[in-house]
Amino acid sequence: MSVLFNEVRKGVYLDSVALMRVSAEISALSGIEEAVFMVGTPSNIDIMRNAGMLDATGEEAGPNDLVVAIRADRKASINRAIAHAEKSMQGRQPAEGAAAHRARTLSGAHKIHTQANLALISTPGDYASLEAQTALELGLNVMIFSDNVPVERERELKQYAQDNNLLVMGADCGTAYINGVPLAFANAVNSGSIGVISASGTGLQEFSVLVHRAGGGIKHGIGVGGRDLSDSIGGISTLTAIDLLANDDDVKQIVLISKPPGETTAKAVFDKLANCGKPVIACVFGIRADQLPDGIQHARTLRHAAELAQPDATPAAHTIDLQPLAAAISANPTKQVLAGLYTGGTLCSEALLILDAAGIQCASNISSSASDATHRLLDLGADEYTVGRPHPMIEPAVRTPLLLEAINDQQTAIILLDVVLGYGAHEDPAASIIESIAAATADLPVIVASVCGTDEDPQNYNRQRTRLEAAGVIVCNSNSEAAELCAGLLNSLAS
Amino acid sequence: MSAQDLLDDGPNVIGVGLQRFVDDLQLQGVSAGAVDWRPPATKDPAVLQATATLSSGDTAGLVNQANDEAVQRMLTADPVLMDVHLAAELIDGLGEHIVLHAGPPIEWPDMCGPMQGAVCGAIVLEGWAKDLDAARKLADSGKITFEPNHHHSAVGPMTGIVTQSMPLMVVENTAFGNRAFCAINEGLGKVMRFGGNDDSVLERLRWLETTLGPLLADTLLACEGVGLKSLIARGLSMGDEMHQRNVACTSLILRELAASMTRVSDPETASEALAFIAGNDQFFLNVAMAMGKAIMDPVRDIDASAIVTAMCRNGTEFGIRVSGCGDQWFTAPVEMPRGLYFPGFTEKDANPDMGDSTIVETIGLGGFAMAAAPAVAGFVGAGSASDAIAYTQRMSEITHTRNPEWAIPALDFAGVPSGIDIRKVVSSGVPPTINTGIAHREPGIGQVGAGVVNAPMACFEQACVALAERLAAS
Repeated sequence: MSVLFNEVRKGVYLDSVALMRVSAEISALSGIEEAVFMVGTPSNIDIMRNAGMLDATGEEAGPNDLVVAIRADRKASINRAIAHAEKSMQGRQPAEGAAAHRARTLSGAHKIHTQANLALISTPGDYASLEAQTALELGLNVMIFSDNVPVERERELKQYAQDNNLLVMGADCGTAYINGVPLAFANAVNSGSIGVISASGTGLQEFSVLVHRAGGGIKHGIGVGGRDLSDSIGGISTLTAIDLLANDDDVKQIVLISKPPGETTAKAVFDKLANCGKPVIACVFGIRADQLPDGIQHARTLRHAAELAQPDATPAAHTIDLQPLAAAISANPTKQVLAGLYTGGTLCSEALLILDAAGIQCASNISSSASDATHRLLDLGADEYTVGRPHPMIEPAVRTPLLLEAINDQQTAIILLDVVLGYGAHEDPAASIIESIAAATADLPVIVASVCGTDEDPQNYNRQRTRLEAAGVIVCNSNSEAAELCAGLLNSLAS
Repeated sequence: MSAQDLLDDGPNVIGVGLQRFVDDLQLQGVSAGAVDWRPPATKDPAVLQATATLSSGDTAGLVNQANDEAVQRMLTADPVLMDVHLAAELIDGLGEHIVLHAGPPIEWPDMCGPMQGAVCGAIVLEGWAKDLDAARKLADSGKITFEPNHHHSAVGPMTGIVTQSMPLMVVENTAFGNRAFCAINEGLGKVMRFGGNDDSVLERLRWLETTLGPLLADTLLACEGVGLKSLIARGLSMGDEMHQRNVACTSLILRELAASMTRVSDPETASEALAFIAGNDQFFLNVAMAMGKAIMDPVRDIDASAIVTAMCRNGTEFGIRVSGCGDQWFTAPVEMPRGLYFPGFTEKDANPDMGDSTIVETIGLGGFAMAAAPAVAGFVGAGSASDAIAYTQRMSEITHTRNPEWAIPALDFAGVPSGIDIRKVVSSGVPPTINTGIAHREPGIGQVGAGVVNAPMACFEQACVALAERLAAS
């Protein structure tokens, strides 16, 4: 026994072809015998009456009304059909590719790219939080590459995201890997079984390339932004990321890369990590192993973290002989000073910690201690160097004047450099270093560098490395080795 | 798309900002689209602050909710062309020495040439002065009161001059019970809406008053009015956007009226009237305008709503009204239209943008429905159908929703973009696009071309500041 349902919608007009399409669509649903959507002109009313689709309600329709007539097996099927029809009739969007239209707004773009799940925001910071808010309201996860987002705005955005099962990476999140896809400043690395949570862009890059070169791979590298683990944010994104990685069966090992968290945040984050059910390595600069709860492995450096994550891999051999380098430096007794010129902030921090652990004090723009030390390590990506200029990872020539000055300074014994490759980075960062060396007017100091990259990066790790070595640069396998080499050299000079 | 979906499915990205990040993803075969992002046009911190306030947190929620209500009223409107009456019978207080005009408020000395010309013609038509010279002296003397059509439920194309004895068409919004008025389109060439004021112009106006007006009134009574919502829907599928191109809707309404008209009149008069309508492709524009006003008036005065309820120009200034800001006008100097000119005319001859006809863009037609009327795209750019589509798509970025009943076949039956949101205009830097006729800057010469013009950004910026202030105070 079938049920006939009629509804008259007063003053609703839709194109007759569109209505026939809806009629066909609804008729095809399970439980529906026939569905007719027609404007109630006299001839249409006749057609529906003859088809046995009209009841007393439908008979009342006028030529400016829409008649909905559905015959179905039961009432529930009709309700489902009406809900379906509602969708079909309302708010149709033009199909993707209907026009080569470049949207000027995020919501406009979202109407074209309806399957998007992530907004990657790299506008100037003043506008980033509003764009991020829009993205979240559209149901998109967000990666905020932009810096200069006020911390209270960052907290509001992350709170909103948490309440809506979304993820905010950043602000100031330079690097991420999602399901093996590198985002923004990131290297081409193998996909694998490691899940990383990182408050540092270059830290995540260095770790990932070391894992890749040892044969491993990264499943996800969730960037959380440099301030997420501060108490003013409370680790909102980090805590979300722990849940996400814990729930991903492909992730066998979790790694946290961070500066020391705020006091209350540290407890929440470390407790959650220790109980997440998966092995965890924490590479938290400036924190000791005994400050971590049981069950979390402590990594001293990014290289150490990569080694712990892949216990079976053979570490790359460390073959650089200190003796001839020390002898070269000692030949000129004015050469005393280490000058580090970094493009990656976390790599600079890591070098500072390693040198400090070896008893060598360095002045730095990212550290308030030892400001009167003769050795110095500069992060050229810090705000004071980038206002109105490109970041040195995008344009390493920004480093050139300082590098030339250090090369030609007779007090410089050692220059320590990083070379960051990958998507987003400059296409040939080695070039400006090689040109500076060629332009040297005095005898060269020892120049030590590491190259953060892989063979699959657009710039190619081996090519960059070989060219630097040909120019006389000592290239270490990792930033921490480069810093250790410098520490070893300086200590051998002093003794 | 939850965070879990992101990790499970992998990223499907929309990039906002640096294009290279999107390029890198596309190189790897990752699905990625880009926003053609640019910072807001303004650097004024008060405007940026107001827009940010209106677009974030609880305030944004409040505004969005009010906008939902505003757009709901637009979409449920049911406009019907009902009647024709003399202006004095429709508009309270419209008597001697009162002249209604297009656009936001303006006084005689500030009016452009065509508008002054039309005012003089109207003064002679009403018999307040014996000739055009005397009419000008009367206007100069300050004894004429000027008021915007918009203050009296009326709209008028170009100069938009309305005085007591002109017949006005009446569109009733039967869903809300309000009515709106617009004069009958005079036809092409030398006409009062373009500042024409000689004997031929005045004679035609008298024929409208004594013959066509009453005949249309009788006809509409006989056919019980003409429902406009479905007529517009059909017109869109026939290539009209109802501002520059009204040939389909004019034909459709002629079809609706013809049978009744021949019944209520002698064959001679009916033939003359039908020929007049059939001879003017833009006859329907004035109907569409009255309809626009009838749709938008119930949308006024919704607390916190950022939806534009009127856009119009007086030849000197462009003015908008915003639902959440009551009857306040936000004005800025009008811009010059860009477009194509009739033979013998150039942009040097053009008068700045003018008229209440932008009410049709306010309801999602005209420039907003360009995709429905590829023929009109010839007035701008390369004139291809894809240009026309791009205009409509761009407008969808500054509106609250689409109108599913007014669908555009070329956009896969997506509806016209409806409900201009001042926050979106300011933050995207995309001004509403208006399709318009271009008047000669000298009175009495008439239309010299057609094209598009942008609504000035400053109107929307002021409105954002005012709306934010109102919300902060409440």
